[in-house]
Amino acid sequence: MIRVFGWNEFLIIVVAAQWTIALSAIAFAGGSIGGLLIALMRVSDVRAFRLFATGFIRVFQGTPLLMQLFLVFFGMNISGFAINPWIAATIALALHASAFLGEIWRGCIEAVPKGQREAATALGLRYYHSMRHVILPQAIRIAVAPTVGFLVQLIKGTSLASIIGFTELTRQGQIINNATFSPFLVFGTVAVIYFLLCWPLSLVARRMETRFSRATAR
Amino acid sequence: MNMVSEIASAPRSRGASDPAVRMEDVNKWYGSFHALKNVNLTVGRGERIVICGPSGSGKSTMIRCINQLETIHSGRIVVDGHDLTAGGKNVDLIRQETGMVFQQFNLFPHMTVLENCTLAPMKVRGITKAEAEETAMKFLRRVRIPEQAAKYPAQLSGGQQQRVAIARALCMNPKIMLFDEPTSALDPEMVKEVLDTMVDLANEGMTMLCVTHEMGFARSVADRVVFMDRGEILEVAAPDTFFDAPQHERTRFFLGQIS
Repeated sequence: MIRVFGWNEFLIIVVAAQWTIALSAIAFAGGSIGGLLIALMRVSDVRAFRLFATGFIRVFQGTPLLMQLFLVFFGMNISGFAINPWIAATIALALHASAFLGEIWRGCIEAVPKGQREAATALGLRYYHSMRHVILPQAIRIAVAPTVGFLVQLIKGTSLASIIGFTELTRQGQIINNATFSPFLVFGTVAVIYFLLCWPLSLVARRMETRFSRATAR
Repeated sequence: MNMVSEIASAPRSRGASDPAVRMEDVNKWYGSFHALKNVNLTVGRGERIVICGPSGSGKSTMIRCINQLETIHSGRIVVDGHDLTAGGKNVDLIRQETGMVFQQFNLFPHMTVLENCTLAPMKVRGITKAEAEETAMKFLRRVRIPEQAAKYPAQLSGGQQQRVAIARALCMNPKIMLFDEPTSALDPEMVKEVLDTMVDLANEGMTMLCVTHEMGFARSVADRVVFMDRGEILEVAAPDTFFDAPQHERTRFFLGQIS
């Protein structure tokens, strides 16, 4: 029996957007912590840290997100964990975000003029205080716009989690489509919801970018 | 006297008899470029040294070695009785006891003038915010810009920024001040206010090493002038002798060029 794509079906899809938002938020939070660690390792004086961070970034930037999801999903299964799309999707996306944010933030840390670190060092500030009070606050200003830009990529990237059976916006769309056979309406709705999630963020990113370039123009 | 106070007072008594800075056969390379060649220099307490020489002669590198912004490859640097080559703890100590002023000011742009001055005393010395602010205001008054305390560096002129940088360094109560071309990035009309601040500091008895091309400053303030070229110290002399009867051919050439 074919269901008609009506108000109820529309609402089911809209409600599923909460899982897209939740997955994005958790992956972003995890990726922020991981990304900060990766970025700091990347600019560290310790060679082993730099090598590890560089390798980590290369692997995640050089493979498709879908493969990363598969590897974590099936990898967990092989190592004896129960199949759980939620956990697999969050871990894979958080690792993915760690690598990308790590590389973005490395650039932002290095964009802070060398004299700032030198001035902090000359005042007797050691690594932690110099990073915490001098370098990172300046790097964050530069980082806001590209970070929001990546968040948009990440939100769209969560759609791939549908393939390992995580029921978010895209997967819910597929389910509704299987019942209604109105692919254009269904996926059109899905696309519009993604757009409504991402577009305001892009606007925020652009506004911050202009604000930053105005702030740094001395 | 009990053991503890004896140990605590030991470095201070040792420090008082030592020179402020002693560099012995210091060598440094950047790749194959020999940046410092067998540099020997002893700076007494309260002494004002001006270092000059053509660009690329190693002047900045030399004073940056004193607080270990640059590491040396051979030789020995002893600052205030602490041997830098012994590493670790001593390096931290020396950085706290030497203040540095940079050509490009290097103020922290995201902090107010006051915050620039209080950060290190609070985080490194562990003093309270109120105490740090009191000290900061004292030094901002001394460099004659207390009214700018709440502003951000970008709102100040170059000369004002450099005076903040001097106040910021003084807030750590350094025993030695290093100046790395402090007036070279300034518009001509702002050079004087910074030099005046430095003269005040010199008159108070601060040990100073200044890399500068301000020969008027060198003549009136320096106890000795050091001339460097190609990584070597070629001549060290009192200003009168240095300017009126330079010994070395290259010194004469240099002085001829800048006058």
